[in-house]
Amino acid sequence: MPQHNLTKQKRGISTLAKIIVVTSGKGGVGKTTSSAAISSGLAMRGKKTAVIDFDIGLRNLDLIMNCERRVVYDFVNVINGEATLRQALIKDKRCPNLFILPASQTRDKDALSQEGVEKVLLELAEDGFDFIICDSPAGIEHGAFMALYFADAAIVVANPEVSSVRDSDRILGILQSKSRAAEQGKTVEEMLLLTRYNPERVAKGEMLGVEDVEEILATKLLGVIPESETVLKASNQGTPVIHDEDSPAGQAYADAVSRLLGEEVEHRFIAVEQKGLFSRLFRRSA
Amino acid sequence: MPPSNSTVAENAPSKISFRLKGGLFPLTLLDLHHYTPEQLRLDLGAKVAEAPGFFQQTPVIIGFESFAGDFRDLPLIELQEILREHGMIGVALKGANSSLEAQAQKAGLAIMPANTRTTPVKETLVEPEAQPEVESESGPEEASSAPTPSALSTASKIVSTPVRSGQQVYAPGGDLIVLAPVSAGAEILADGNIHVYAPLRGRALAGAQGNENAQVFCQSLEAELISIAGHFKLVEELKNEHWKQAVRISLQSQALCIDALK
Repeated sequence: MPQHNLTKQKRGISTLAKIIVVTSGKGGVGKTTSSAAISSGLAMRGKKTAVIDFDIGLRNLDLIMNCERRVVYDFVNVINGEATLRQALIKDKRCPNLFILPASQTRDKDALSQEGVEKVLLELAEDGFDFIICDSPAGIEHGAFMALYFADAAIVVANPEVSSVRDSDRILGILQSKSRAAEQGKTVEEMLLLTRYNPERVAKGEMLGVEDVEEILATKLLGVIPESETVLKASNQGTPVIHDEDSPAGQAYADAVSRLLGEEVEHRFIAVEQKGLFSRLFRRSA
Repeated sequence: MPPSNSTVAENAPSKISFRLKGGLFPLTLLDLHHYTPEQLRLDLGAKVAEAPGFFQQTPVIIGFESFAGDFRDLPLIELQEILREHGMIGVALKGANSSLEAQAQKAGLAIMPANTRTTPVKETLVEPEAQPEVESESGPEEASSAPTPSALSTASKIVSTPVRSGQQVYAPGGDLIVLAPVSAGAEILADGNIHVYAPLRGRALAGAQGNENAQVFCQSLEAELISIAGHFKLVEELKNEHWKQAVRISLQSQALCIDALK
């Protein structure tokens, strides 16, 4: 029945694929790093995943995923019909289930139209993707709005400091009032990802603690990513940090992915580590 | 003190002896349907027995808008006497005709214009006991402007999700009830009271249209600003008392008063 097909197509996106926006309001808190790590993690767990860079004009995701030299067509080209989705999607070299849709570096955010974004998301969903990760630009302007509008769930990335937490609160408010789910009277699932967490500085009172942030934002905690040099190194090398299975940050992202898939995993790296002989020696030499 | 007494005495002739002020006071209306002295004594006696504490030198207005009998058969002096026997003092007539108004001048009663709508007058007669409670608790303004209970409850707004930074929630014409945290940078407003069953960290403005009887209740006071009918306190002042405690905030003699909830 044609009518039946139509309704199926209309609800299609969210019933076929789960759309998750990675957002924060504030810039530089680790949205792109987290998008890269989480999308890689989902793909490693066998989920067919697409990650879209919504930061038109300030393309970064391709660098962090180490595929910048393979960008031919981008998100805006697909929206404008200058390329097919298949042509623009870049297959990740490490995870066979992961595809990257890069942003356009030469355009601005106004190139994103609501219809265009919906068309791309629908096509991805029909193509059998399980997860679509939308890497939002900073701010609360058009680009960020387009990234969150169609989301079923949101990973709000925050650093343990007041301005970042305030901005996250703001973006959660926008999410629950301006997104399509909100317009339809539904709520968007909220998850908090606390990055650059340093338990020692929390103990000294220099940083907000997990409980403080959780209490202010009143949101479910997806994960706490400890502050680590390996994160910066991984970004510079173009290898998402989740591939570094020895680093606490990589393990913390892997835990977060497990929780995203509905598993109960205890939070790690929140408390100050007991100083062993090795770390004491290390501290002395540092 | 003698010095001040003499000052008053010297100034007295130049000062006016009174000041006229407008006021709205709830008054009981005795809406008379028909009249015989025996019947009235009997009925009043029964009414007073229901609420003996209420009728003590209570001023009443005698209403004739639904009076069925002949005005000429009505001795106002006698009516006044019967009322006084039952603890009421007739102060004015309402809806009387010209012959009664002539009697009223002799009896020293005021004359009030007739009310075109008769239904609300009847309601007042049915529940006169409710009035003293209103008077003692919330003052005369509320009694005269208070909407009916049903109108109030429909205007209330209930919010069960967090009110985030940058969001504004307004309950026009009623109360606002929030069951989740109100973040710093958020603003909640109501024409009536505000209840927050969670931490209140943003701005809360009750009595937004100027209702000074509006109050703010919250489970943890961490607000940036609290305002009732335009009288406000900022975080610096709020921090001094009951900070992060469950409180009730009301307006008392033009200043916000914060009391802990127990």
